[in-house]
Amino acid sequence: MIDVKDLRVIRQGNEILHELSFRAGAGELIGLLGPSGSGKSTLMRSLLGVQMLSGGTLQILERPAGSASLRGALGYVAQSSSVYLDLTVEENLRYFAGILHEPRSEVGRVLAVVSLTTLAGRVVSSLSGGERTRVSLATALLGSPPILVLDEPTVGLDPILRRDLWRTFDELAKSGTTVVVSSHVMDEAAHCARLLLLRDGRLLFDDSPAKLLAAAKSSSYDEAFERLIESQS
Amino acid sequence: MNPRRILFTTQRILQQLRHDPRTIGLLLLVPSALTGLLAWTLSGRPGTFQTIGPQLLGVFPLIVMFLVTSVITLRERTVGTLERLFTLPLTKGEFITGYALAFALLAILQSILVATLSYTWYGLAHQGVPWRISLVALCAGLLGTAFGLALSAVAHTEFQAVQFMPAFILPQLLLCGLFVPVGQLPVALRLVADVLPMTAAIHAISNFQSTSYYAGQFAILVGFIFGGLGVGAATLRRRTK
Repeated sequence: MIDVKDLRVIRQGNEILHELSFRAGAGELIGLLGPSGSGKSTLMRSLLGVQMLSGGTLQILERPAGSASLRGALGYVAQSSSVYLDLTVEENLRYFAGILHEPRSEVGRVLAVVSLTTLAGRVVSSLSGGERTRVSLATALLGSPPILVLDEPTVGLDPILRRDLWRTFDELAKSGTTVVVSSHVMDEAAHCARLLLLRDGRLLFDDSPAKLLAAAKSSSYDEAFERLIESQS
Repeated sequence: MNPRRILFTTQRILQQLRHDPRTIGLLLLVPSALTGLLAWTLSGRPGTFQTIGPQLLGVFPLIVMFLVTSVITLRERTVGTLERLFTLPLTKGEFITGYALAFALLAILQSILVATLSYTWYGLAHQGVPWRISLVALCAGLLGTAFGLALSAVAHTEFQAVQFMPAFILPQLLLCGLFVPVGQLPVALRLVADVLPMTAAIHAISNFQSTSYYAGQFAILVGFIFGGLGVGAATLRRRTK
């Protein structure tokens, strides 16, 4: 599904990603964790094909990222809500569904997945941050794309909502969707089947959360991450 | 170009405006109110409004549409919806055409309103062919849209976009022949004025009786519109650095 080889990205003279490599298959739930500024968003934008690459290759479904044939194959939640604040929830979804040639019934389906059905008629600017994120997520789910790239979708949400969203991600992964979720909160690692730890544009760790804790002989993800950094420097 | 996706985009932009009735009100009423104000100030010199009135029909829509378009497309870039759209099967041409259609519709309403009020209430007594003048007013609105789209790429904030109005529009206003006929400008300025789109709009309106001259200036205007839309499309980048 995803095949990243020696990916390098330079933005304004700074190398943000240094020769990053990893592969991901169908149905994987991958947590992309790291502090802010570690390159998570840049990596996600590279997967989507909206970031100019400086080196290496990035293949999505056996095609170079950003190919015209991949448009619509990746669902994306960016850090900014990326929906029209002056439209209602439903108008937003209808528009994006129209661009994707999805039927209107698809709008109702994605609204139910993110539990926003009751807010369908509300203008997005009147919604809270967490609700806006869910509108953005609903947009990303339109057409059930095989890959979902979600940039910090759980930031600032209450614990119940966060748990529900992780359940949704888990269900999506079980149904065969490759889900890449980023977060700067290390504890969210517990929800993922696989962790990619990013720091200063380098991949520090790529394995299951259990392996991370075992390797660091710790029960806290924060501590495990700290030890990992210390052991490598 | 897929007409369905273009129309979806046009519909979405009109929906956005519908949620903001004040903007629609300003868009439609300001040019009419300004023209009315001008007619009133010139009520002691009836001949002057007969010359300047029609010319301003080519100026106000350009300014208003320029501002609205540059701000709304800039917002699309800053909020991240443009980036999302670029991960979807929407082409740049479809995006730009969707915008042009939505604002063309507004420009039509705007020009109908201004022209109707001018010919009835404000006492504009232009002999015949008001549709030729309305057509130029429509083009001026579209021209504003085209340049607004192009300039939204240069401006990084809405504040900057607004600043581009005096920088981009006012020089054209000074040179277009409204204050001093282009023929009486210093040679260097005349050369510049002759290649500015607003000059073409004013020329077309002032010489609407001569079909061939009107058609020539009209063609120049349409050329500028497509040029501006082309620049707008070229400044949209699917991939950024």
